Amino acid sequence: MSSPAGTEAGPAVPSAAGKRPTAVRREGRAGGGYPRYVAGKLAGAVVSLFAVLVTSFFLFRLIPGDPVKFMTGGRQVSAEQLATYRAEFGLDLPMWQQFTDYCAKALTGDLGTSYQFHAPVVDKITEALPNTLLLTGTAFVLYTALGMFLGTRSAWRHGGLGDRLHTGLALTLYSIPSFWLGLLLIVVLSVGVDPIPGLFPTGGMESGREEGLAQVLDVAHHLVLPVVTLVAVEYGQTLLVTRSALLDEMGSDYLVTARAKGLRDDLVRRRHAVPNALLPTVTLVFVNLGRTVAGVILVETVFSWPGLGGLFYQALSVPDLPLVQGLFFVFAAAVILMNTLADLLYPMLDPRVGR
Amino acid sequence: MSLLEVRDLTVTYPGGAAAVRGVGLTVEAGEKLGLAGESGCGKSTLALALLRLLPAGARVGGEILLDGEDVLTMKWGRVRAVRWAGASIVFQGAMHSLNAVHRVGDQIAEPILLHRGATPADARRRAGELLEQVGLPAARARAYPHELSGGQRQRVMIAMALACEPRLVVADEPTTALDVMIQAQILRLIENLVGEQDVGLMMISHDLAVLADTCDRLAVMYAGRVVEEGPAREVYDDARHPYGRALSGAFPRIGDPGSRFAPRGLPGDPPDPAAVPSGCAFHPRCPVALDVCATEDQVLRDAGPRRRAACVHVGTDATGTPDGNGSGGTASARDDGVRSRTP
Amino acid sequence: MSAETTGTPVEPGGPGPRALARRRRRASAARFWKEYRRHRAGVFGLAALVLFVLVALTAPLTVGSDVDSVTDAPGQPLESPSGRFPLGTDQFGRNLLGLLVWGSRVSLLVGLLAAALSVLIGALIGITAGHFRGWYATVMMRITDWFLVMPTLVLAIVLATVLSRSLGTVVLAIGVTTWPTTARLVRAQTLAVESRPYIERAKALGGGHWHIMSRHVLPNVMPLVLAQTTLIISSAILAEATLAFLGLGDPTVVSWGGLLQDAREAGSVSSGDWWYLVPPGIGIAVVALAFTLCGRAVEAVLNPRLGVSR
Repeated sequence: MSSPAGTEAGPAVPSAAGKRPTAVRREGRAGGGYPRYVAGKLAGAVVSLFAVLVTSFFLFRLIPGDPVKFMTGGRQVSAEQLATYRAEFGLDLPMWQQFTDYCAKALTGDLGTSYQFHAPVVDKITEALPNTLLLTGTAFVLYTALGMFLGTRSAWRHGGLGDRLHTGLALTLYSIPSFWLGLLLIVVLSVGVDPIPGLFPTGGMESGREEGLAQVLDVAHHLVLPVVTLVAVEYGQTLLVTRSALLDEMGSDYLVTARAKGLRDDLVRRRHAVPNALLPTVTLVFVNLGRTVAGVILVETVFSWPGLGGLFYQALSVPDLPLVQGLFFVFAAAVILMNTLADLLYPMLDPRVGR
Repeated sequence: MSLLEVRDLTVTYPGGAAAVRGVGLTVEAGEKLGLAGESGCGKSTLALALLRLLPAGARVGGEILLDGEDVLTMKWGRVRAVRWAGASIVFQGAMHSLNAVHRVGDQIAEPILLHRGATPADARRRAGELLEQVGLPAARARAYPHELSGGQRQRVMIAMALACEPRLVVADEPTTALDVMIQAQILRLIENLVGEQDVGLMMISHDLAVLADTCDRLAVMYAGRVVEEGPAREVYDDARHPYGRALSGAFPRIGDPGSRFAPRGLPGDPPDPAAVPSGCAFHPRCPVALDVCATEDQVLRDAGPRRRAACVHVGTDATGTPDGNGSGGTASARDDGVRSRTP
Repeated sequence: MSAETTGTPVEPGGPGPRALARRRRRASAARFWKEYRRHRAGVFGLAALVLFVLVALTAPLTVGSDVDSVTDAPGQPLESPSGRFPLGTDQFGRNLLGLLVWGSRVSLLVGLLAAALSVLIGALIGITAGHFRGWYATVMMRITDWFLVMPTLVLAIVLATVLSRSLGTVVLAIGVTTWPTTARLVRAQTLAVESRPYIERAKALGGGHWHIMSRHVLPNVMPLVLAQTTLIISSAILAEATLAFLGLGDPTVVSWGGLLQDAREAGSVSSGDWWYLVPPGIGIAVVALAFTLCGRAVEAVLNPRLGVSR
């Protein structure tokens, strides 16, 4: 039987072939030059964003009965307040008009008012966004670098002891729930288990009102455990993706050519094999960002990090529907925008794309 | 001293497949040797073995003397120095043998930088010269492989092979993927470049006609052995080994319409290298096999002037045909280490 | 694989085509098992799974269904491990070992059902998109690509938030968000199968869409789907734990993720009650890892990479 190549790892552990969006390669051959490629990608992004808007609207119409009752359920709310919320959701209007109103508002940057904080959702989001970007950005850079470094080495010596150890560890960490790992790290390294004193803060982003360098160091101190947790649960995916992409290149003829030219082994790897494996790897690293978003939500929740993920958790437990809806849109849009950005950069990684 | 002298070369892949089972070959400076055989007969393995490019698990025995120095016992540093500077390879299928993400000029310049210690500017200039030598404008150095046609890519491959002025060029099916017109151009190009620079050429192909046309001498391989060798025209026109006859009959001859209507194919498949038949490996497919062929290994024996064949019938009817036209090959020094036995 | 598709002529008086197909299938299963055994990690994963499934199935006998009752809890709140309670007790004085064993049932059940739903959707979309081509396939693959990029767990969280709290909701939320990978793989395999000559023959003989998809494509896609299911169960179990931890699971049943949420609410993080925190997480990780190892081994058997590469 002939399975599609490279299905070594499935959804839990995506493989290069399994998840690779074919669009990258397909449009690479279409011709028309870079401008046309960019236009195509941007159009795709607009359609995707619109789809997110549609989804986030209709998801919240799945609520059985009255969304306002659902949200305020069991609490004492005055009839006046109920009416205000009804008006905001536009429940008295027909469905299509609710939808167009929602889209129009979203386009002007109005995502409604938080039920819980009595503040515009957009304000809550812009407030928390930098903190999330700090945490996610740091973790993303670290886990991508670590995963690609170890994945390259594993593939180059595949089947060896190092490969088996790294793959095994990556799979194990990948199977660990991020929130559980976070809790354990807090117990061991923050609260402290008998001989070990608490080394790191249990949560939050700052402990005091320090300024200047002291503040930077304080934030960095708070950043360590959340970042370690995220990197630990996410790097395995990058490792396996890189490994599988490089394994796909291993038997290639151009590597024999490179070796026949008299290049040293590490030059064959760095100069010839890795650049060819980079495109599928980077594609998947960005496709998998969606998983990282989920990881960020959990890690921020566990470490009380004042970011979007922590906010999302607070909104869920109420449930503060406008805030949940707004955050869902922001998470999905962020992932789509990052993927589009990556799409636009691919021609620099691989000359075959976008020509 | 011969430029290349292969003595009793054996290659066994992990899993027991004996791809090469005792091959002896020589190539003199300026000589063109053709190596023919079906796919799977071990000819590409042989090419890779010359520069120790086989996968790690493969076991290689015998001797490969390049200018008198045994490649198989060299230190890795020396092997890397010999690669491309001493002997280079024109691989088949230039689409895959060139790196898709680097410009072709950089790929040609790479070995020059590595072996000649040239400055980047010099290497780039030299790459441009080489491209012009193979009939491409120097400006194409900035192109990526996918922007070139198949014939152009193969020209790039040849330019690359000549980059460090090697003493030996191995061309492994250099024209397989090309259409006939381009094929002829590339063959002429290789012939001319090799002739100009007095390098040795080993050309590998399944197409005996192409080899007979291009090379001085021919060696026919079957199941990891050389079963016949001699001046190219003679081997092509009058093969002594039944396999050589079948191979030269498999392609219709230009100017001989009769051959087109009576193609002499060969029944059966080439043997599995993991289970080579006993005795003469060819006996299950041989139209003239004797009982003894199934049990007794047939070694190369003289079959006329400067010719040898590994067949039981050779010697009984070996009268030696006069030199066919077009076989202006130089007689090369023979190596006696060829007669190896594989149990 | 091609057991029932290569129309071998049946000798008169010999076994009928169905018996023949059955025999071939049994032989290929035996061959599969022989190959599978060579993957040590896969065997380890399978052994762990068998153990966990046995524990889950025998839970009513070993711990009993009243283990999660808050009213007649056997111990004091938050006892440390002892002979009577090997893993201590929770804040209601319930036996944590019992809860852990009982919780395996929910985690496994939800994981299996969600994965089944996910693979069903994925296989359906994959086969039809591979078979029908045209605009239908284009639209379907666009949707698949969109889902692939989306933060699907966030989508599942939102779904679980807006729907009622129940196991069915959790299964649905995970199932409808994790199918795209399967759809992609199955479509690729469908395209590969349909390009084979015998499909042409079946069409020429008048085989309709349904016949081709169910009799020719499906049997060839099944092994891949099996491997996919195993891998998806692993992520479904993790997703279930995550939803439960966020308080979106069914509050009336005990699950591993729910136990971790209870532990966090009981303040066992700051008081360092490791016996409450550690076991449920290990349970989740080991089961998820075991399914992943099995899935990878199955894939490796179905799609062996060449051991030698230059």
